[in-house]
Amino acid sequence: MYRNLRWRLLLTLAVILVALVFLLPSAPGIKSTTLGKILPDSAINLGLDLKGGIHLTLGVDVDKAIENNMGTFGQDIKASAREENIPVLKPNVLPGPRLEAVLVGADKQDAFEKLLAKSFSSLKIDSKETQAEGRVRYVLSMTPDYKKYLSKLTLDQAVKTIRNRIDQFGVSEPDIRRQEGNRIQVQLPGLTDPDRAIAIIGKTAHLEFKIVDDSVDPASIKAGIVGPGREITTMVTRGAKGATSETPIVLMKEAVMTGEYITDARATIESNNNQFSVSMNFNARGAKVFERVTEENIKKRLAIVLDGKCYSAPVIQDKIPGGRAQITGSFTQDEARDLAIVLRAGALPAPVSVLEQRTVGPTLGQESIDSGMMATLIAAAAIIVFMAVYYGVAGLFANIVLILNIVLTMAGLAAFGATLTLPGIAGIILTIAMAVDANVLIYERIREELRLGLKPADAVHKGYDLATLAIVDSNTTNVLVAIILYQFGTGPIRGFAVTMVLGILMSMFTAIFVSRIMFDLYISKRPADAAVSI
Amino acid sequence: MSFHLIKPNTKIDFIGLRYYAFAISALMIIIGGISLVMKGGPRYGIDFAGGVILQTKFEADTKIETLKQALEGTDLPGLVVQQLGKEKDNEFLIRSSVGDNITSAAVQKTVSDAIEKSTPGAKYSYKRIEIVGPKVGEDLRGKALEALYYAILLIAIYISGRFEHRWMAAGIMAAGLFAGITALQYLNAPQVWLVLGALILTLILCFMLKLNYALGAIIALIHDVLTTVGIFSILNKEFDLTIIAALLTLIGYSLNDTIIVYDRIRETRRRDPDHHLPTIINRSVNQTLSRTVLTSGLAFLSVLSLYLFGGQVIHDFALAMLIGIIVGTYSSIYVAAPIIVSLTPESDHTPPPPPVKAAKSRGGVKPLEV
Repeated sequence: MYRNLRWRLLLTLAVILVALVFLLPSAPGIKSTTLGKILPDSAINLGLDLKGGIHLTLGVDVDKAIENNMGTFGQDIKASAREENIPVLKPNVLPGPRLEAVLVGADKQDAFEKLLAKSFSSLKIDSKETQAEGRVRYVLSMTPDYKKYLSKLTLDQAVKTIRNRIDQFGVSEPDIRRQEGNRIQVQLPGLTDPDRAIAIIGKTAHLEFKIVDDSVDPASIKAGIVGPGREITTMVTRGAKGATSETPIVLMKEAVMTGEYITDARATIESNNNQFSVSMNFNARGAKVFERVTEENIKKRLAIVLDGKCYSAPVIQDKIPGGRAQITGSFTQDEARDLAIVLRAGALPAPVSVLEQRTVGPTLGQESIDSGMMATLIAAAAIIVFMAVYYGVAGLFANIVLILNIVLTMAGLAAFGATLTLPGIAGIILTIAMAVDANVLIYERIREELRLGLKPADAVHKGYDLATLAIVDSNTTNVLVAIILYQFGTGPIRGFAVTMVLGILMSMFTAIFVSRIMFDLYISKRPADAAVSI
Repeated sequence: MSFHLIKPNTKIDFIGLRYYAFAISALMIIIGGISLVMKGGPRYGIDFAGGVILQTKFEADTKIETLKQALEGTDLPGLVVQQLGKEKDNEFLIRSSVGDNITSAAVQKTVSDAIEKSTPGAKYSYKRIEIVGPKVGEDLRGKALEALYYAILLIAIYISGRFEHRWMAAGIMAAGLFAGITALQYLNAPQVWLVLGALILTLILCFMLKLNYALGAIIALIHDVLTTVGIFSILNKEFDLTIIAALLTLIGYSLNDTIIVYDRIRETRRRDPDHHLPTIINRSVNQTLSRTVLTSGLAFLSVLSLYLFGGQVIHDFALAMLIGIIVGTYSSIYVAAPIIVSLTPESDHTPPPPPVKAAKSRGGVKPLEV
């Protein structure tokens, strides 16, 4: 009857050994020692709610990206048509987005449609109508396939850009991932200033250079009357005390250059007034464009527009070769540094908005760890005392496997590199209760069989055999529920689900398998009818 | 020799008491329901409703009234100020229901300005800042409902298969449910109705397929969830993601108890098939009573430790679990098991003696197959 005892004992010891191997790297101070180099790399990660940090859910405005793309299509169509001598009036983006293009000369229809089919296969003609003076009005839209492709591209690019910016900002172990519904989830452990993080991650950083039109008088600006091809933009200036003020400024609508040519950007301090500015370098092509633009606009003002706001508009004194430019917006040091980061990392393909933001300060995280540990210890102590008093020797067995269960659960967390959250700690406390539940079930059954007059040894075997099925059945549903929780929950809840599943699986091993070894050892050393302490 | 909380060989007539139990359960659910209706539905936390939470700790002694007065002048909508922990902790939760595209900077500035105005030079820090936009809140609400629904469905299938060996019927139920939900989705029904519809469909299917154990377990689960939600509403507590996690966990936990009882009913039935069903159930519940009370007590004890020492963040989760453990234990004993008697027609309470034995004793003649 006890023949396999040695093998079962060996297996248990092996499991404990493996558990220790996985658990040790999570202990403080082990990683750096020689021992730490042999041990596996994975360790228990602390969730943001314990470690402190920022959790963001960003919504990417994919529609805006599609609309922008449509605008580019419009310009491209006009340019290509002109090359083939097809006169097309300036295309217009309609809501939807659709593109309206008016062809001058009804006889050019075939040529124009051929051009569209050849060079713009991602667009399709929704409708066309003949208007007066031989004009034909086309309404174009994107094919669904292309739209899908563009959404995916936009999201991928947004993730890449955000990762780029965070890496340059210097956050250790950031977690950036795409979520369904055009969302991106960003986790930044250790950071505590959400606004600065959002300023860096969420800034579209769309940089444009535009020419200022100083000929419009202030009264017309106030009335909003500007000539065609011009627009009113806000100019941000900072006073001596750091307060910002906003004034309107009239710019030419079309940008003479954009930020796509930037190869490097740095925060620099100006020697004359100790203010911070951002200097940029352009690549060869950008340098050429910049030289031409400055040459053509000498004595005019060049506005530097970032995300629709003008930060400085210096007068061009002479043409500027060499591909360097500077934004002097009287920034603070942090602002200049952050702006340099976003310019270097590139613009986001679409505006992003913050849908969800959770920040846990390091003090609260530490408090949660402390109180979680405290609650776990007290719960474990209460149960251990109760079991020992209530079941005697059998209670001691239950307590040993209970501690083993906690060790194995933690080792499991470490082995899977799982994240421990505050609800996860609650999960461990609940598993403690469930682990003893298995033992209580078995013990109550043994007591019952003893009352029916069975010999102690037989009662133990019958108790274990009969209770096992009930334990497996009842735990299965708990595992089912935990899996559902994992599937639908967010970060902290997932931590809870993971500890629950691990704890339940481990408890089946410890309560049914390991505690029985101890019982068998205990009984095998005694005469068959000696009373057992249970 | 050893202690006994529950005396061995109890003979409580749970089946006889079942109508009182059903009445108490109905009363609890109705009171909770009235509270829910009067308060216009459950009180959603920012996870589901969207909004802002600032957990603020002051260095100097600060009264909650002072803080409330300071913030009353601001234009923050739906402002709620709560004291956290003990009074000497000087820790407060400031909640507002501002919506889309509000930066934490704007809210922080409003609050900071108001505090600076009322108590200049006050030293404080924000230990936690949470902002949930309405869109995310709506999604999380949908996900939570979906999770509750899937939990109940999976459990129904598992119990039918495991306890009545009717995986086939369980499969039919799953298929029927899937068809029903797809139909509802085509009609573009809102999510709440979808989940409610699915639940009602599950109950009807269980009833029609005579899956009594599954039906009993599910009724007990719905009972647990409704009662806990009702008590939470009476206590004026908020529902957020962790509370949903607690509800799901207590579903699993209550079911744990229920299954232990069912398991024993199954065993007793197999052993003495001639007995009257109410007798079998009564005996099974009594036999497992000591275990049920013990493990529930231990679970209660450990969650109580979490409630008392686990800190503010996990407080409501622990509270929901505490309520759930009590309700779940009660429902396993007084609802899940007795309801099987009510669901089984009177004529089936004593199964007819198996005819096979009688036929064999007559000497190899096969009984007529009807």
